[in-house]
Amino acid sequence: MKYKPSTFWRKAFGEYKAWLYLAPALIILFVFQMYPIIKSFLMGFYTEFDYLHDIVYGWGFDHFADLAQDADFHLAIRNTCYLTIVAAPLSILISLLFAVLLNSNIRLRGVFQSIYFLPFVTSMVAVSIVWAWMLNKDYGLINSILKTFGISKVAWLTNPKMTLPVLVVLSIWKGLGYRVIIFLAGLQGIDQRYYSAARLDGAGAASRFFHVTVPMLRPTIFFLSVTTVIDVFKTFDEVYVMYSNEPGPLKSGLTIVYYIFTKFYRHWEFASAAAAAFVLFLIILSITLLQFAAVRLARWYEERRQAHEEME
Amino acid sequence: MRIQLSHITKVFKDTIAVKDMDFTVEEGEMVCLLGPSGCGKSTTLSMIAGLEAPTEGEIFFDGRPMANVEAEKRDIGMVFQNYALYPHMTVEENIMFPLKMRWMPKAERKEKGKEIAKMMQITGLLHRRPGQLSGGQQQRVAIARALVKEPKILLLDEPFSNLDARLRIELRDDIRALQQKLRITTVFVTHDQEEAMSISDRILLMNQGEIQQYSTPQEMYRFPANMFVAGFLGNPPINLIPCRYQDGKLTVPDCREWDFTPAEPVLSGQVGEDAVAGIRPEDLEVVDTGGQLCAKVTAIQTLGKEIYLKLEHNNQTLTACLDWDHDYQIGDILKLTARKIHLFPAGQQSAYHRGGTRDEI
Repeated sequence: MKYKPSTFWRKAFGEYKAWLYLAPALIILFVFQMYPIIKSFLMGFYTEFDYLHDIVYGWGFDHFADLAQDADFHLAIRNTCYLTIVAAPLSILISLLFAVLLNSNIRLRGVFQSIYFLPFVTSMVAVSIVWAWMLNKDYGLINSILKTFGISKVAWLTNPKMTLPVLVVLSIWKGLGYRVIIFLAGLQGIDQRYYSAARLDGAGAASRFFHVTVPMLRPTIFFLSVTTVIDVFKTFDEVYVMYSNEPGPLKSGLTIVYYIFTKFYRHWEFASAAAAAFVLFLIILSITLLQFAAVRLARWYEERRQAHEEME
Repeated sequence: MRIQLSHITKVFKDTIAVKDMDFTVEEGEMVCLLGPSGCGKSTTLSMIAGLEAPTEGEIFFDGRPMANVEAEKRDIGMVFQNYALYPHMTVEENIMFPLKMRWMPKAERKEKGKEIAKMMQITGLLHRRPGQLSGGQQQRVAIARALVKEPKILLLDEPFSNLDARLRIELRDDIRALQQKLRITTVFVTHDQEEAMSISDRILLMNQGEIQQYSTPQEMYRFPANMFVAGFLGNPPINLIPCRYQDGKLTVPDCREWDFTPAEPVLSGQVGEDAVAGIRPEDLEVVDTGGQLCAKVTAIQTLGKEIYLKLEHNNQTLTACLDWDHDYQIGDILKLTARKIHLFPAGQQSAYHRGGTRDEI
């Protein structure tokens, strides 16, 4: 009798040829992406284990309990949240501003576009070294510029109070090019007829911006707010390079990713690092879900208002 | 409001879109800018709206120069070709938007919006979004939005080109009625001669950026200023026959036997020896005896109330539009007379308007 695959099998793997073609990509994806994610998630729950031989003796929530107690972890969360709350909205606003300026047919548009896009194509490590030099207290560019205006030297890199503001500026600057490009694409997708119509409806430049540009860019703004928040949450390399392998003066630049890095590479506490990474994952997930929920809520509210008015 | 264009020229990079346009639209008049695609009619409308600045010349509203008045300050209502309704606003918000821009209080805004919606018969759609409306409904909303602020001028850019034939006629009659009721100065752009003929007080026919003729539809049809005008208006198009005009006598070189020297031809411009005779298809008549022309029937097209015949004689082709009371056969040789003959000087450009060109931006 001939072998007949069950309907389930056929449904799931009926196009086995397709799976064959997908296999190379899937194998790489699974080995280097899926497996590590699952493994690191599980690792957070290891209490006793042999790292080298991958033998686990005990499971539990101990590491999560430790994190809840760890002052450093609290500081990392506080710093990261500060960065996100300040840098993400500012970053989006500034990018939108520059995109609108670039879109208004100014001269040397191509030059400006390249300048804004430069940080995006440059290695963050190289960029951080340049910034570290510019911000140097004694022979940095910024202080020497300030000096010509008669402002005394600022210890940008050694004053703990300056660390987060510096990181905010850096974070805005490094993402500017990417966000400007995305916004420009969004702006160019808006039909010029809407602007013509708005002008004849009596809308000045500001009204056109708020009543045509912003509403039409809503999907772009949403996309960027999600990706920007995630980006800022993952701040690490600029801290690592600029503060010469330290999380800033007095740990003032300690971010969650920096904390995870320290746990893993400095203290060799793999399980704690995994637990912290899992917490970071949960935070990012919940913020992203919140953003989606907010959009959904706004839409629901709008629809309800509409339905309500229709009943009148 | 009286609109006056004084020697307007518009140049885009290296093409001249509009050349020395000089005309006036009187208060309360409905004028149609008619012409083939790319003749500069939409550009002219944009310049009146203030969306484009003329390269040369000046536009006046009631004698006031408009050069330094921005589009948003010109007090114009405009309906765009694809309506350009704001997709993120409801119909009501769309209609109220021009009032919002004038800082009118919300209650008053709603009142006005309801009023105009009632006039345009879209009251039931106020809380929908433009995406949920049909083309005809969107058109009505666009007109409501243009009229809600009670502008002095209404501009329409190919307002019916995206609608099906039946809706087109319905809406154009509505617009005409509304325009006459409000006595609002209206300029509208179209490439459809029938549309232009049916609703405008005056037609401004353009070709290649220049005015060909500016007159009432009747006058334009009966006394075309040149061969282009004659060829553009009328469906099926006018028959144009190259001929010689000498001492009041008309001869067609190829058809010696044709003799249709008219008693009083309609002359357009200085007609010399080389001329072109224009005969409207409906001006041709079949006669039993005599007749000025004779030709063989090569094709028959019946259109219900009338019949189009394609006729040929010695390489000259004619179209005749006749009553439906005869049994014509292909191959029949008919004797015809022309009730009316237009004469044009030879060498003018003619336009055989065949419709269906709507790719103008």
